[in-house]
Amino acid sequence: MRRRGVEIRHWLHKRREYSRSASEASDMESGLSSINGVFTKCEGCGQPIYEKELKARFNVCPHCQFHYPLPAPERVRLLADPGSFSESDAGMTAGDPLGFEDYREKLEGAREKTGLDDAVLSGSASIGGHQVALAAMDFRFIGGSMGSVVGERVARTIETAHDEGLPLVIVSASGGARMYEGIYSLMQMAKTSVALSRFTNGSSPYVSVLTDPTFGGVTASFATAADVVMAEPGARIGFAGARVIESTTKERMPEGFQTAEFQKEHGLVDRIVHRLELKYDLERFLGFLA
Amino acid sequence: MILEFEKPVRELEARIAELHRLAGSNEDLQGEISRLEDALDAAKRRIYSNLTPYQRVQVARHPDRPNFHRYRDALTDDFYQLSGDRLGADDPAVCGGLAKIGSQPVVLLGHDKGDDVNSRVKSNFGMAHPEGYRKAGKLYGLAERLRLPIVSLIDTPGAAPARGAEERGQAWAISADLMALARVPVPVVAVVIGEGGSGGALAMCVADHVAMLENSYLSVIAPEACASIIFRDSSRAAEAAEAMKLTARDLLAHGVVDEVLPEPLGGAHNEPEAAVRAVVSTVKGALAGLSKLGGESLVKSRYERYRRIGAHLTEGEMAGARRPGE
Repeated sequence: MRRRGVEIRHWLHKRREYSRSASEASDMESGLSSINGVFTKCEGCGQPIYEKELKARFNVCPHCQFHYPLPAPERVRLLADPGSFSESDAGMTAGDPLGFEDYREKLEGAREKTGLDDAVLSGSASIGGHQVALAAMDFRFIGGSMGSVVGERVARTIETAHDEGLPLVIVSASGGARMYEGIYSLMQMAKTSVALSRFTNGSSPYVSVLTDPTFGGVTASFATAADVVMAEPGARIGFAGARVIESTTKERMPEGFQTAEFQKEHGLVDRIVHRLELKYDLERFLGFLA
Repeated sequence: MILEFEKPVRELEARIAELHRLAGSNEDLQGEISRLEDALDAAKRRIYSNLTPYQRVQVARHPDRPNFHRYRDALTDDFYQLSGDRLGADDPAVCGGLAKIGSQPVVLLGHDKGDDVNSRVKSNFGMAHPEGYRKAGKLYGLAERLRLPIVSLIDTPGAAPARGAEERGQAWAISADLMALARVPVPVVAVVIGEGGSGGALAMCVADHVAMLENSYLSVIAPEACASIIFRDSSRAAEAAEAMKLTARDLLAHGVVDEVLPEPLGGAHNEPEAAVRAVVSTVKGALAGLSKLGGESLVKSRYERYRRIGAHLTEGEMAGARRPGE
């Protein structure tokens, strides 16, 4: 046990270094793009990982279990029964309501990089035979920021679950608001909240899965207003990020601040679930209510 | 405190005061005084009628700007304060309770920025901790239980960027408030009286009628923080304020708010009574209008109002924003 304690500390320390390098990378969009070639050195434990193995393990390090960000299509592949996912609202794209400098270029670049329309993929799927409404966010798309498309697709997913009496599963990954959309971004918090509020008139469950990182307006709206709040190991979750707090208060945040483990200890997260057990865990939960 | 762009006005005012002191019954100086008074009037009009968005943000943050207490005292004949979140703490950044506006009992709450150094520090400059949002949530529950309208006065730089606020789940507390406001079957009237900073403001601002004072702002992020993230330079805050369209008039044009309340020339701090009168009259009017609607139709129209706001394009659609009422 003692050895394990040391390892976790070491891991958290490494994690911190990873957070630093990630936040220094352009627009907090690092994720997997930094991992190239056949082998890569794990950010968590420093050991070499065979890239094919990493991909087969849905971006979880085989040695230290470090969870890298997972693109939304991969998340759907992880959770949905094979062939069961049917995308809704494909082709919905962001307007540029404020004519914000460089926003269109930014969107274009993100679309090219990810092959996605925006920072969320949504639709319906079955998970272990249970039909659900499913949305998964993608941190690679402008830091998973919530603009009108994320708000609208999430709200429509919630409405589908409400109208069809389906369980709702939303996997979040977001740096916060899409600042390029200004007030429209803030108002997506209200939009998703009114939709969720109506959803809770029914009796279907809502499971929110928080992944690394989930912050800002997403955390302060639909991502935490769930019946069950799950998180992946090590995921950083909060409203304001550690860097912002450190620069405002001049106080150094403790090790492991805002990790899933930290949030669970503070009573804010119900369950921490390893990514490779997530599908099974959801099936178990849904099984209680079937 | 004197804002940079107000300096010419303050200088003229100082010179006029000085001349008044010297003049006594001197007729020659009277002419000079009235000339300067004309100049002052012109300077005020020139400066204050063309405030940039960032200047308005500065006016919204002015320490002499009328605060929650001022509006509360003018609005209510009786205010019955109810403290605490019932979970272990009382956050002075949020103040609320039962109030009577005319003959109408309501639940009134708002951000309390304090009025002097001590109370400002104590209330964390209006930046609520989770306990503040939970206090608000308690009051929303009370309003629902007693079927009383909710009136909120918003004036916050935003949620507290603090370790303790994160440890006690401020995101969870804000989302719970948004959910509560979405479903509360009573009229909700919100007035942004100063700063409308991000999620902290929104936690009181999911409403049936949203009014903003002319120099208040409502924004997803402080312009300084936006500039440091998007332009990587916090000194470009004025540009960020411009780009984000955070002023009352911009938000009215984008259909996010219902009404802009004109402020006296120079901002509410120059003539607080006028700003207070405008807020009182709007709150009374909105309450009267909304009181005719039943709980179910209020919740339904609130749903539709917020469900509509967005600037997404479905496949093949032309660029443009969806606004409430379209």
